[in-house]
Amino acid sequence: MKANIKAISYYLPKKTLTNKELCRIFPQLTEEDIIKRTGIKTRHVVTDGMVGSDLAFHAANKLFKENAFDRSNIDFLIFCTEGLDYKGPATACILQNRLQLSTTCGALDIPFGCTGFTYCLSVAASLIESEQASTILVLNSDIPSTVIHPEDAELRMLFGDAGAATLVTKCHPGESGIGKFSFGTDGSGASNLIVKSSGVRDPVDTSWLNQHKNAGGMKFGRMEMNALEIFTFSLRVVPPMVSNILTKNNVTKDDIDLFVFHQANIFLLNVLRKKLKIDESKFFIFMENIGNTVSASIPIALHEAIQTGKAKKGDKILLAAFGIGYSWSGTVLTI
Amino acid sequence: MDINEFIKKIEEEFSDLEPGKLKPESKFREMFEWNSINALILIALVSTEYDITLNAEDITKSVTVQDIFNIIKSRITK
Repeated sequence: MKANIKAISYYLPKKTLTNKELCRIFPQLTEEDIIKRTGIKTRHVVTDGMVGSDLAFHAANKLFKENAFDRSNIDFLIFCTEGLDYKGPATACILQNRLQLSTTCGALDIPFGCTGFTYCLSVAASLIESEQASTILVLNSDIPSTVIHPEDAELRMLFGDAGAATLVTKCHPGESGIGKFSFGTDGSGASNLIVKSSGVRDPVDTSWLNQHKNAGGMKFGRMEMNALEIFTFSLRVVPPMVSNILTKNNVTKDDIDLFVFHQANIFLLNVLRKKLKIDESKFFIFMENIGNTVSASIPIALHEAIQTGKAKKGDKILLAAFGIGYSWSGTVLTI
Repeated sequence: MDINEFIKKIEEEFSDLEPGKLKPESKFREMFEWNSINALILIALVSTEYDITLNAEDITKSVTVQDIFNIIKSRITK
């Protein structure tokens, strides 16, 4: 029994951070410079204490409404974020109740970043293929803006907050749906993209709060990125991963109708596209007005590709995610 | 592979470089406004053209165009 994506919806917080606004905050920046470095024009950011599970809640309700889907059919919920509500209980349990899902439904948190969506999809597909669940709600929601120092121009221009909801169900007979996954991990790169003081190791203490007094304390931790290392890591791992995904799924590059990568940075995506010799018409980019939305980036791009007719029924789509960890994973999907 | 070919590729990528001005012995940081984005563009160029991924250290320890070229050459022949 194969699985496939049946529907996707997403939710963005109302407040935006435009390039114009960034240039006002950081007078050394120009709008042209931001575009050159990232290709991003604006991003959405949470306000008033809104967290990842709130964005996920709205995205899920949108999905039920837009697809007139009866939520009582959900038999498994997967919530993925790097910003859980609590260490316990699992935020997925809280969301089960908030979303009024059945109490016979399984609920699991997957705390993961850039590769969060592809990991969730592999877990959801495995649960369906092994007949342990049939209708799975995958929620990817991230709030990077809450762990970015207000004076960190580089990160503020790159990241945006968003929540995405994806419905994964059993395929109709004969459909190939979600294919085989390729995974990769290299924890030696952990310190090149990390949210410092965000867990039980080196927790936030008084001296941290004092040190970050002008930034409101940075009480959820602080994201730090070595852009050059992340850039070269991506150039190193993505091309072999794409070959591996193709081989595992017994297809060639020409069989793929659309490539949807983790929307990391438009500049980087274009370099990867050129390196992989993928035609521009087969390479989907959707981040100009939302930024890098971490684990929500692929489902949002996928939704836009389907909505705009760029991805059509029966198309083979290659998904590839890479980033914080280091971690990378991907698959081929026939929608 | 030829260093003049490499220089030509750099000139094509960085439009603010005056053609013919860049030499193997040129200190690339002095040739044009050297910043983090230009470092990334150079790494991207080498990655797409030669399938070699330079790292941060390669860039830091290199002074001239020839230095970068030598790193690429040593990795290709490996």
